[in-house]
Amino acid sequence: MFLNAILLALREIRRNLTRSFLTILGIVIGVAAVITMVTLGNGATRMVSEQISSLGSNLLILRPGQRMGPAAFGSAAFRVSDADALTAQILTLRAVAPTVSRSAPLVVGNENWSSSVTGSTNDYLTVGNWQLAAGRSFSAEEQQAGRAVCIIGETVRNKLFGRQNPVGAQIRVKNFSCPIVGLLAAKGQGAMGMDQDDTVLMPLKAVQRRLIGKLQDVNVIMLSMRDGVDSTQVMAQIRRLMRERRKLSESEDDNFTIMDTRQIAETLSSTIGTMTTLLGAVAAVSLLVGGIGIMNIMLVSVTERTREIGIRLAIGALEHEVLLQFLIEAVTLSAFGGLVGIALAFVSCLALAAVTQMPFIFDPGINLISFVFSALIGVLFGYIPARRAARLDPIEALRYE
Amino acid sequence: MKEASATDGEERALIEFQKVVKIYGQGQIAFQALRGVDLRIARGEFLAVMGPSGSGKSTAMNILGCLDIPSAGAYRFQDVHVERLDRNQRALLRRHYLGFVFQGFNLLSRTSAQENVELPLLYRGEPVAQRHAAARQALARVGLSGWEAHTPAELSGGQQQRVAIARAIVTQPLVLLADEPTGNLDSTRSHEIMELLVRLNREQGITVLMVTHEADMAAYARRVVHFVDGAVESDARQTEREPGACS
Repeated sequence: MFLNAILLALREIRRNLTRSFLTILGIVIGVAAVITMVTLGNGATRMVSEQISSLGSNLLILRPGQRMGPAAFGSAAFRVSDADALTAQILTLRAVAPTVSRSAPLVVGNENWSSSVTGSTNDYLTVGNWQLAAGRSFSAEEQQAGRAVCIIGETVRNKLFGRQNPVGAQIRVKNFSCPIVGLLAAKGQGAMGMDQDDTVLMPLKAVQRRLIGKLQDVNVIMLSMRDGVDSTQVMAQIRRLMRERRKLSESEDDNFTIMDTRQIAETLSSTIGTMTTLLGAVAAVSLLVGGIGIMNIMLVSVTERTREIGIRLAIGALEHEVLLQFLIEAVTLSAFGGLVGIALAFVSCLALAAVTQMPFIFDPGINLISFVFSALIGVLFGYIPARRAARLDPIEALRYE
Repeated sequence: MKEASATDGEERALIEFQKVVKIYGQGQIAFQALRGVDLRIARGEFLAVMGPSGSGKSTAMNILGCLDIPSAGAYRFQDVHVERLDRNQRALLRRHYLGFVFQGFNLLSRTSAQENVELPLLYRGEPVAQRHAAARQALARVGLSGWEAHTPAELSGGQQQRVAIARAIVTQPLVLLADEPTGNLDSTRSHEIMELLVRLNREQGITVLMVTHEADMAAYARRVVHFVDGAVESDARQTEREPGACS
């Protein structure tokens, strides 16, 4: 019986291929839009969280000055002793990397390149989740004495050495020569779109002495928490310690900022999630409009096929059989539209992911939901025309011109 | 009329109208289309219903075809009181016992003859193989073997009406109701269709009820009922015209 109705419906759809195609167009576009929006949103979320986690796990960044407001300028820099105090007093920290950075010209033979030179300790590698592709990290003696040795990033290697192994070679940094002891494994683009691999790493003291000229100042302290530690608690501890060390009275605001990268990642992800939901909702409206299109065509179709319905009724079709036939026609149309929409979304997601360099994450959930939803739209908007058809008077219907 | 009931009185009537009244509209504009019609039709009859337009013959046919119910009186089909059945029960009655042929053929357009003929079987839920076989057989019986794949647009009027007849008889109905089956056809085709109906009536024993206003066509029937002003004016048996007499 049910199978029969499907058969009748399919026959009917085949009888009017062009109109059927135009009918489902709204659904096709609606479904494709919803899936594309959600899939791209998921891709963006994944990309952002991947980029942020590549900065380092459980990473806190301590900067002088408030992020907001004019106090960001002129706030006193941290001292090397601040980093030592953090290491000594807050035991939930796994690594503490005081850093100073300065841009400097780099020369090897005829090649030259300008990059950011960062002075820090080996903890910088731990905190920043860096791996060494070749060579070694700094020795204790090099760090202690502030020797001019460096570890370079992939981009710097590319610009100055091509595909060659740079370890052991000499590089000229501003006005001094410096042997390369290590090569960092590539990380790629960072969260804000900057190239994380365009970097040169040197012992803290070397950069302080040779590039900056201030022996105690530290710009940024990067901290890595131990696993499973509550970041809010650690941040409160750090804040208390730093306020004390920077001699801030009760009434004064912090003149430093602590950022939790995981928090930033979560905020960013949830923002993107909101955007995705919003765009998906807008796309869902177009799905609804597609449904109304189906109702429209089905109503026209019922009027146009009045005689045919009369024949069916005269032949002995029951009311619910006619209802079911038209309902199934609508559902078949809209479900088929849903399938075509899914296919279209798949293609457009692939293309857009390639263009925006975002990962393409196939989400079976949203595909399934869109499909079910499009079928439901068929039921919803197919019902009224179907009921109208089923309730026709066979005599009137047969006489209809 | 007395004559007819006297001969049919022996066997059980297939169809029986008892004081059937049909009123359209209400109050001031009420119109009485049938004013107490009595009619008995036995199995295997070939009956032509004649009468001017507005005489109530179409109304009578609609009620006979279980498409409509009388406003008063009784309509018994195989001893079932049709006037007591609801819409769906009457649909089932049509599905199992009745076949319809219309003046305007009423085939599904853009649908092959085969599929048109299969339509009633679809509603009966018959399996595919049986459906195909029965439809082909019915088409063969109306002389349309080899035309199964043609759509109505590719067939002549006479052929379309044959397809319609095939559709009506594919379920092997007890009664074939034909509403001016030759109204849209030229005289040669008309006679062919009438001969086909006579043959079905004789060979298959299908009771044929036909509305017509052409005396020529009514001549094929064995019994002619004249309607005037919503009542039966005359009901006469006649010698049926020999099939093939005209061709």
